[in-house]
Amino acid sequence: MQNYFILIVVLPLIGFLINLFFGKKINSEKFSGWLSSLFVLISFLIGVLLLFELLKLPEDSRKIVFNYFSWISVGNFNVDYSFFVDPLSLVMILVVTGIGFLIHVYSIGYMHNDVGFARFFAYLNLFIFAMLHLILADNFLVIFLGWEGVGLCSYLLIGFWYEKKFTGDAAKKAFIVNRIGDFGFMTAMFLVFTNFGTLNISTFNGSIAGFPVNTPLLVTIALLFFLGAIGKSAQIPLFVWLPDAMAGPTPVSALIHAATMVTAGIYLIARTSLLYALAPVASTVILVVGIATAIISATIALKQNDIKKILAYSTVSQLGFMFIALGTHSYVAALFHLITHAFFKGLMFLGSGSVIHGMHEEQDIRNMGGLRDKMKITYITFLIGAIAISGIPPFSGFFSKDEILYKTFVNAGIIPYLLVLIAAAFTAFYMFRLIGLTFFGKPRYDANIHPHESTSTMTIPLIILAILSIIGGFIGLPSILGYNVLEHWFEPVFKNATLVVQGYNPETEHSANTEIVLIFVSIIVASIAVYVSFKKYSKQDKFTEERGIGKILENKYYIDEFYDKTVVNPIFQTSERFLWKIFDVKIIDGLVNGIATFASRLSLDWRKVQSGIIHDYATLAVSGIILIILYFLFA
Amino acid sequence: MVELNFYLVLSALLFSIGVVGVLVRRNAIIIFMCIELMLNAINLTLVAFSTFLGNDNGQIFVFFVMTVAAAEAAVGLAIVISLFRNKESLDIDKINILKW
Repeated sequence: MQNYFILIVVLPLIGFLINLFFGKKINSEKFSGWLSSLFVLISFLIGVLLLFELLKLPEDSRKIVFNYFSWISVGNFNVDYSFFVDPLSLVMILVVTGIGFLIHVYSIGYMHNDVGFARFFAYLNLFIFAMLHLILADNFLVIFLGWEGVGLCSYLLIGFWYEKKFTGDAAKKAFIVNRIGDFGFMTAMFLVFTNFGTLNISTFNGSIAGFPVNTPLLVTIALLFFLGAIGKSAQIPLFVWLPDAMAGPTPVSALIHAATMVTAGIYLIARTSLLYALAPVASTVILVVGIATAIISATIALKQNDIKKILAYSTVSQLGFMFIALGTHSYVAALFHLITHAFFKGLMFLGSGSVIHGMHEEQDIRNMGGLRDKMKITYITFLIGAIAISGIPPFSGFFSKDEILYKTFVNAGIIPYLLVLIAAAFTAFYMFRLIGLTFFGKPRYDANIHPHESTSTMTIPLIILAILSIIGGFIGLPSILGYNVLEHWFEPVFKNATLVVQGYNPETEHSANTEIVLIFVSIIVASIAVYVSFKKYSKQDKFTEERGIGKILENKYYIDEFYDKTVVNPIFQTSERFLWKIFDVKIIDGLVNGIATFASRLSLDWRKVQSGIIHDYATLAVSGIILIILYFLFA
Repeated sequence: MVELNFYLVLSALLFSIGVVGVLVRRNAIIIFMCIELMLNAINLTLVAFSTFLGNDNGQIFVFFVMTVAAAEAAVGLAIVISLFRNKESLDIDKINILKW
């Protein structure tokens, strides 16, 4: 096991190197695409083998550590390059490599005839490599390595079509906004190291176990890690980069900006769940941020017209749902939603890619309509994804979202529950607006565009993801309906955190009736939203300019403009007016040039001493010696 | 018995002649000879001290100085020859282009 396990990260790295250095020379789409996909598939199979290895172990000790070498060893600062596999990281491995593989295959069809084909697959493999480090690391520094690695891949892939300016701008925006989050992550790491003398997660969990609840130090560390999570997982106030990130190719949006990378923040908090259990204040902050993000981005999604932008805001909103679950200490519910969301949002992004492909790069849903006859497979799979995200049983999204709603009701109270319910209703509403405008009604596109169904490399991943979106929910059935596999599977991981939480927040018994009532409420709300939305938008033909609230929503609450005015512009202005034109030009340059001018003025006369006549030099030398002799004689 | 001071005074005189020669003469070879004179004045001092103090170190030093002087003479005369080839003159004041 020890020997072949490392292949899980090595193979994607090899794929990256081959495609980077030889991809252009080999110049074969079949070779580049299938090689990369094959490597990710092997990684996935290793993940499956690991699943069986874990199942062999007794429940409480399901943890395998792979220690490869000592990475840094300076004084008492020791970092090992080592991985560990427990139920949590295993699920993430399977999600990342499994969905990653499907998206690799899809990309073979989607990126067909692109000049950067090999480069694209190189980046995708590098992403899988970095993401696996993030998941598998047993210490914060290796997590950070993966964390930055996926950030880099995100940057490279958003700006993949670099000859257009806006993709470069979007890539820079994503990278810079993420730096703010990274600041939090790094500061948290520094605090962990200075206070606990280790970066190893298990050791860290061991040392904080005895701390009283809400110790200021732990709350600070928890909030700083959460800042990192906010950046990576696009929560308020740092969510602005994710919608812009849609400038990249659609498979990238599906893989990185919906299914895997943006869930890194959720994973980080689940990984350090004990810390958050010990810092309920930080968890409350997470809950508030999650609710705000879920509602605000869902309302923005109501009025967007770009098919990918809608899905992007929907992703931000769904990530908000996961944070709500984390904030109520329902780590299993968060991960459950993470998994199902990876299925249906990955599916819908790939579906939107198929639509964009078939419509010849048209992204505005106002210019679509009636596509259901032209693109049958895309339509059906997309519809399945939309039903899943809207929370209609028995599709996967229903179970995970209902779990979050239930946990919010139980752990946080009625008001947060109602807010989450509203966000869930908006979700169903904007999704069926998207469905109605894209696939129903009369065609509104140019007569010379002939939409067509995509190739089989694109539709087969869609079908597989659609099946997963349908059945994925059954791994986490509500307790009244049956056995919750996921809850049981994650039990050893979150045992300590759960114990701590029960210490200060004993779980109140809720009758099965409450759960049934809540299930029916959410089904009814979702159905009404779907019905109203579909009825309104499936026949809409004319589009008038938005006014009032609609205009505000269409313009995303003017958040980008607000950030431009309050953050970006002041930085630009001070940089240009003060730092450049005054500080750099006058002070720095002035100092350097001043010293040089001073020296040259001073030497203007003195340099005459160098006359070139040997007698002058000899005379000076002799007079010097005489002076020295006189000094020693008389001093 | 000749006193130490006599040797020292003689040596000082030779040294001063050498210094003045370097400072006032213009012919490169004469300057070169004056430098040799200064070196040998120093040698005289070293030998005198060595004899009067009964310490052999001074004499050993003189060997070194003579060796160095010989080497210096070889290099110095080579420079003088190449100077003459270029300038057709040994007037040291005409060789003054290495300056600001």
